[in-house]
Amino acid sequence: MCGIVGLFLKDEALKPELGEMLSAMLITMTDRGPDSAGIAIYGDESKGMWKLTIQSGQPDVDFPALEQHLHDHANLNSKAFSITARDTHAVIQVMETDKDIILSIIKSQFPTIRIMSQGQSIEIYKEVGLPKDVVQRFGLTDASGSHGIGHTRMATESAITTLGAHPFSTGQDQCLVHNGSLSNHNMMRRHLRAEGIDIQTENDSEVAAAYLTARMSEGQTLGEALTSGLNDLDGFFTFVVGTKTGFGVLRDPIACKPAVMAETDAYVAFGSEYRALVNLPAIEAAKVWEPEPAEVYFWSH
Amino acid sequence: MTTLDITSQDMTTIDLTEQGLRYLNETLQQQSAGTNQQDWTIINPRGSHAIAVGLDAPIRVTVNGSTGYYCGGMNKQATITVNGSVGPGVAENMTSGMVVVEGDASQYAGATGHGGTLVIRGNAASRCGISMKGIDIIVAGNIGHMSAFMAQKGNLVVLGDAGEALGDSLYEARLYVRGSVKSLGADCIEKDMKEEHIKQLAELLERADMDADPASFRRYGSARQLYHFDVDNVSAY
Repeated sequence: MCGIVGLFLKDEALKPELGEMLSAMLITMTDRGPDSAGIAIYGDESKGMWKLTIQSGQPDVDFPALEQHLHDHANLNSKAFSITARDTHAVIQVMETDKDIILSIIKSQFPTIRIMSQGQSIEIYKEVGLPKDVVQRFGLTDASGSHGIGHTRMATESAITTLGAHPFSTGQDQCLVHNGSLSNHNMMRRHLRAEGIDIQTENDSEVAAAYLTARMSEGQTLGEALTSGLNDLDGFFTFVVGTKTGFGVLRDPIACKPAVMAETDAYVAFGSEYRALVNLPAIEAAKVWEPEPAEVYFWSH
Repeated sequence: MTTLDITSQDMTTIDLTEQGLRYLNETLQQQSAGTNQQDWTIINPRGSHAIAVGLDAPIRVTVNGSTGYYCGGMNKQATITVNGSVGPGVAENMTSGMVVVEGDASQYAGATGHGGTLVIRGNAASRCGISMKGIDIIVAGNIGHMSAFMAQKGNLVVLGDAGEALGDSLYEARLYVRGSVKSLGADCIEKDMKEEHIKQLAELLERADMDADPASFRRYGSARQLYHFDVDNVSAY
């Protein structure tokens, strides 16, 4: 069992409240997933800039060391970068033209730093622990953005670790959360790795994320990639997938993993259960429904 | 002039957020047949699970708002009305009484029910009436896939459409559908609507307070080909 929440804002005035609303929804889903929790926030983007979310088990050592290294040694086009630490995670904002240099420095010289996400607007924060503690450690209630998705995990397919927590990001500004279990993930992982897709863990959900990334890199839209997934991914799933412009929802044809959606003029919200939605503004007047099995839903800005 | 409002005197309201689920269910479960408190109202359900479960008295319970999993589960005698939508497993394993949902129901509504009546005024999702054993379920809207899977006894009435694999591996439950059926499950076939079925359906619709012409429904039931082991099927095991 796991819990999923998602919030897509239509009303721009709500953007500063995204973190607070999404955090409250996430905490409501604690008893569906008390092992670990995570949130992906699609925040503000600046032209020509790139965001890298990194994670380290020794943030007090690694993050200052990386910052120092980038200042003193890196051959960057611009030294106008910033590193904003939040507990074990940090967001590096750099010129887009410098992103590959920084990624290669991290990979070659900072083996204890992991890349959680990269893109123009995505930031991912995830850790082991109760959702309320994860929210507090990262100060997620302060986050602002246009949309975001979150996950509370009760592990089944792989170990309870930071990297096993959701959301998984396998492509630029892309992420996925999953409730369910895939049965053909080992074979699919081998296929995807052979296609050159980077998969970091033995987790089944990361394979689903990587699968969608692979299909989209071939030119499919998210909607087409999700439809392909119905044929190629075997098992139980409710997926919520984030991209730079919006989020998508897909349930497998058996549809035993729960899903409830709500829509008003101000937002589209997803919850594993209606409980996750009860605090949203004007929920009593919202259109509330259960997404159909094997049907792709997508909202985009 | 002072008027005496008898209804409100008999009404007891429980605020679920304030008083908690355990208090709610303990209080309702303690009611006996002769209780003076016949009417109960539950406010602020906020999608909580297991609201008004295991009741065993002819009381009337009204839930104002939407609920989570297993609302009205294992009900006996009580009449439970939800002014909202319900999560998975509403009225699961009900024995008698009545559960009315004014909104939609999530998956496996009325699962394994032995008796009583479940009325859903909106739509029901997948697996409605799975393994039903005597319950009557009347749905004003549509039902999802795999409904009445392995249903053994009772009646499932659907005024709208049915999803894929209706009545798969059906035993003796009767299925009445007014709209379309996307597909029938294994061993489920359409059967004639005879006088006795029209009469029974009219009674079920009246009980659910639904206005529909019984003659406009089609009846589905078991072909009874999967009941017993057949040596010709041995290779399938």
